Amino acid sequence: MKHPRPAAIAAVVAAPAALAVAFAWAGGWIGPKRLGGGAIADALEYNGGSHPGYRRAHAKGLCFTGVFEANGAGASLSRAAVFEAGSYPVFGRFSTAGGDPFATDGRNVFHAMALQITSPEGEIWRLAMDHTPIFPVATPQAFVELQRASRPDPATGKPDPAVMKDYLSRHPETKAYQDYIAAAPLPDSFANGTYYSINAFRFIDSAGEARAVRWSFEPETPLTVLDKQRLKEVPTDHLFDDMRERLTHGPVRWRMKIVVAAPGDPKSDATIAWPSDRRTVETGVLRIDRAGPEEAGLCRDVTFDPTILPAGIGLSDDPLLPARSAAYSSSFRRRAVETPGPSAVGKSLGAH
Amino acid sequence: MPTRFPLTIRLLHWGMAVLILAMLFVGVGMLSTAGPAYAALLSLHRPLGAALFILVVIRLTIRLQTRAPPLPEDMPSLQKAVAKGSHVLLYAAMIAMPLIGWAMLSAGGYPVKLGPSFSLPPLVPQDLQLFGLLRTAHTLTAFAFFALILGHLSAALIHAFIRRDGVFSAMGFGRSRAKSSLSSSEVDG
Repeated sequence: MKHPRPAAIAAVVAAPAALAVAFAWAGGWIGPKRLGGGAIADALEYNGGSHPGYRRAHAKGLCFTGVFEANGAGASLSRAAVFEAGSYPVFGRFSTAGGDPFATDGRNVFHAMALQITSPEGEIWRLAMDHTPIFPVATPQAFVELQRASRPDPATGKPDPAVMKDYLSRHPETKAYQDYIAAAPLPDSFANGTYYSINAFRFIDSAGEARAVRWSFEPETPLTVLDKQRLKEVPTDHLFDDMRERLTHGPVRWRMKIVVAAPGDPKSDATIAWPSDRRTVETGVLRIDRAGPEEAGLCRDVTFDPTILPAGIGLSDDPLLPARSAAYSSSFRRRAVETPGPSAVGKSLGAH
Repeated sequence: MPTRFPLTIRLLHWGMAVLILAMLFVGVGMLSTAGPAYAALLSLHRPLGAALFILVVIRLTIRLQTRAPPLPEDMPSLQKAVAKGSHVLLYAAMIAMPLIGWAMLSAGGYPVKLGPSFSLPPLVPQDLQLFGLLRTAHTLTAFAFFALILGHLSAALIHAFIRRDGVFSAMGFGRSRAKSSLSSSEVDG
């Protein structure tokens, strides 16, 4: 072998080194700090504590099955197959906010309903909704900040007031949300809550026209509320026991309503509600027939990633949508390598 | 004995090299962000992975039916064994990565969407623990794959610039050393 020239040695060393550095940059290990799904899951764990095997958010849940009976009206807005008149199988999950899978139900927090609606061709639509029309933050960065600021102090069980005050001074949208949820009625059942899409989406009709929409599922069950002054008296599993009990008497129904944005309505800010006079299209009825513990249901081993959409529905520019997808994916990945524990419902039924 | 790989193999090698590196960068890149790029990179990752799987099947079929140029006779037998072994591992990674990805999404109950209205059927039944296993395997295999590529690139450059033994040009498109003795009209023809 001839004696190698320095330029040759430099090329041999530099090319793989440059590739490795570029890879490290792409992965975010060097260079400007990026917020990934893992960091959001970390923030949720910081706030909610360590509960291996459970979802990092909305850890306490109940699985259900039912059908979505489309009336055909939605087909004027989206070419998604599940808006054509007909019945489509559904499974889903009721949950309450927070990382503790055994938290008490006497809290003024999100009640949530997640769904999977499946088209006859097997196309899947996942929906993850909360019982408030607005969200406390508009961006993933603010979400992480809020999780950190609102961590309950182990001594008091409440967030550090100074830290929270500092956060709120920079986030009037969270303050507005807090004022809203303090005043809003808190449903005393999963069955009588209205569930909102939180984010805007794009509906694409058969002519290819796209519209920004939000949606809600409005209960046929009349609203009755929990007394917020007496939440401590609410039995630990009240919402979950109530829902299972109700379904022994027959199905529970919601009407799905699509709200179409008017020009100028914010499509990328989930902290701002749209005016109530917007064009609304009722697209069908969700009927829930059965509910049961997560360990025996379909809902535990999937992620209700709201970016899993059928053809005819697309993402809006709301930055929370990719963040929810990335964060749910991290949470899912973490709990999949841990051993799933019994759910609160499963435990009380002795079904684990 | 051939001095170069068949043209189809060389085209597939360089085309797939670009796509595989893009794929690995997209993979680590999408995990680094929860921003709008996450959704865009994720929707690129799946069809690119499917395309790479089809390409590696074609490539392996051709590779097994054709002859590779021999390694230089003066190469130590241990180096030859390392070269052969690393190529087997590179093929294994090219085949395993898309299959693990497909199986992982299936086990996790995700639709394996390649485009707005096209999805692959599940490769394995839905199973949370299997998802966890495959999800971990997908990452570990990706890093091992990237390390193999770095080693492969380093070895290729040593052959090209230090040993200058024709191993690099066996995958190239310029005049090979064997052909450089031919007249230009013959090469052009």
